[in-house]
Parts: sequence; structure tokens; C-alpha cells
Amino acid sequence: MAVVTAQKPSEELITIGKTSTQSDAITLRIARSNPAEGQETTYAEFKVPVKKWTTVLEAILYVKQNLDHAVAVRYSCRQASCGSCGMKINGKPALACYTKVSEIKSNVITVEPMNNFPIIRDLAVDFKQLTSNHKKIKPFIINEESEVTPESKEFIQTPKDLEKFLQFSYCIKCGLCNSACPTMATDTSFIGPQGLAQAYRYVADNRDKGKEERLKIVDNSHGIWRCHFAGSCSHVCPKGVDPAMAIQLLRGYMLGFQK
Amino acid sequence: MTERLSNREGIKGMANPTRYGIERVAYWLQRLTGLGLLAYLIGHIIETSTIVHGKIAWDKMLEFTQTIQGHLFLTLVIGMCVFHTANGIRVMLGHGGIGVGKPGQPEYPYKASSLNYKQRLCIWVSIGLAALAMMYGASVLFGV
Repeated sequence: MAVVTAQKPSEELITIGKTSTQSDAITLRIARSNPAEGQETTYAEFKVPVKKWTTVLEAILYVKQNLDHAVAVRYSCRQASCGSCGMKINGKPALACYTKVSEIKSNVITVEPMNNFPIIRDLAVDFKQLTSNHKKIKPFIINEESEVTPESKEFIQTPKDLEKFLQFSYCIKCGLCNSACPTMATDTSFIGPQGLAQAYRYVADNRDKGKEERLKIVDNSHGIWRCHFAGSCSHVCPKGVDPAMAIQLLRGYMLGFQK
Repeated sequence: MTERLSNREGIKGMANPTRYGIERVAYWLQRLTGLGLLAYLIGHIIETSTIVHGKIAWDKMLEFTQTIQGHLFLTLVIGMCVFHTANGIRVMLGHGGIGVGKPGQPEYPYKASSLNYKQRLCIWVSIGLAALAMMYGASVLFGV
């Protein structure tokens, strides 16, 4: 793989109110590729000034603003809410906006597109499969009484009922779990930890009446039975959703061990 | 080409035990020992089937199992068998939703309940049991 190096003159490493020393700068290696045009992956290296609170996303945006405008990266909220900036940071899937450069404890940071997602360009990946698998499990309450009419009443749900699924509803669909999953690495039709965890989120919701429908969707050879509880999905989840637990609880429910 | 476009990690990524903690190491070991035991089963069928070629062929095969390499291989099989069984019980219970924790409000720094100390302890116990069984097996086989 080719390496392209870009560096601004040292005077460019000046941050507001202070001249940055070499120890305040990192080498950011960005994977550059455009598979649609048959372009192989190359790594472009950039010297980026950082402070202790600088996030990897800010470092990438520094490159975009000052060194190479053509770097392709998807981002939006910059606060781990939108799930757009998932990427591999030094080999591990993480949100770039949620990972501080100082946490990494290395002066060289390599950012690559997430695995198990087709690359659009550079760090931007295609979420088509994730969203289609998410839709497939019917991520909504199925209940004939959910239509609001003048006669309709509130669904009564106790805090205990809420606790059964609340954790799993924090999923921001960033795709980090699917990227870390060893089954996703080889099975192109696997629903993935994101979809399976969301299936459990609705199965565990006592307002939902669509359990049978949903269980039929996950009960196939590329569904829940392909999970081998490696736990990597929960290891990388930035929101504490714990997809591995959701999947095991769903499987326990299907096997009759869980209510 | 399609594989490159899909950016899947493939078998190389699946078989990489680093990056995601001891649980991924256990997953990798479970697969590896499973394949090892499958290879042993096939080898064992081939070994016992030599009896159809007569006593000489059978004795020759038995001699092979009495060599240092044969003993080392059997010691490894003992370890694989014990780890695969012990860790397999942990995984099977986990698949039933047993020992994976209960859903609750996640709080920063978001430690996953399913990757709890019980699971980790079981993995280390499986590794420890396999090591002990290998030591005992080796002491019997090598007559120490």
C-alpha cells in the first residue's frame, strides 16, 4: 500500500495563544480509497497539532480544513448522538467524535473505514445493509390499539417494564457493533448485532404485540443462531447498549429460558 | 472484487483474537479447539481403521502413538477437549440468557453487563482446567 505524506510548514502548527511543540502534534494516517473507481487503499500522513481535549474527529477536520480538503468523512453532531463518524481508530471500531487523541497513547493514529461495510470513499462507508436489516426486524411497536383516537387510553407501563428494553433503545445505529462482529466478517447475509439487539428491544416491550412476526424474521440460518457470543459488539458499543446481552436474552426467550 | 468492495474482514478478521478482550480470545480458542478436535476425530477414525489392514499395520500405527510426538499430540488433545467442554458450557448457558446480566440504565463509562466478571472468571477457569488436565495427561503419558 502506498503512503502519501502531507505536512504543512512548522509555523502552521501554531495554535491560538501558544506555539505547539512537536510533542503536541500527532501523525494522523488516513486511509484513502475510492473502490468505485478501482482505487486501492493508500495511507496519507499528516502532522496535526493537538491539545489534550482534541478528538480524532477534530484532528480529521483539521486535515480537511488546512491540509487536504478532499478527505471524505461522514460526521454530524460531534457528541456521540448521531452515530455518523464510526471508523477504525488504530484498528478498533470507535466513534471519532467520542475518542480523544490523548486516550490513544500513541503519537501515530491510523484511521480507516469500518470493516464489514462497503467503502464509499476514504472513511465514509455505505450503511445500506445496516438500515435494511434494521427495517427488516420491524423497529416499531406493533399494536392495533396504537392509533390515537378520542377513545384511546394511555399504555400503562411500570418502571420495571421500561427497564427491560430502555437500554437497547439507546442504539444510535453507528454500526460499530456490526464492524467488530466476527460473524459479520464472513457472513454477508447475517442480520448483525445491531438488528438483533433491536429485535429484542421490541420483543421485550410489553406494548408490542408483534413478537411472533419478529421472531420468525430472526429465526433463520443467517439470524440469531449465527451469534456465537464473542461479545465484541458490546465491547465497542459507545452507548452502553450491550447488543451481546440483548441477543442472548432474545435467544433465551426463543429457547424458553427467559420470559 | 466484490469482497474488496464490501470491505469484509473475512476469515482473517474473524480469526484475529486481539482487539476485543478475553471474550474474543475465548471465541477464537473455542473455534480453534473445535477444529482441532474435529481433526483428532478424523485422525482417530483413520488410526482405528488400520486394523482392517491386519495386525502389522495396526501395531505400526500404535507404535506411532507411543512416540514423543504422539504423546505431545495427545496432551494437546486433552487440553483442547477440556477447554472446549468447559467454555462450551459457559457459552451454552449464555445462549440461554443465563449469566449475561440484566438490562438496566447504562451509565458512563458504559461497562457491558454481558461481559461481566462471572463470564471472565469462567473463561479463565476453562483455561486453567485445560492447563491442569494437560499437565496431568502429560505426567501419565510420559510416566513422570
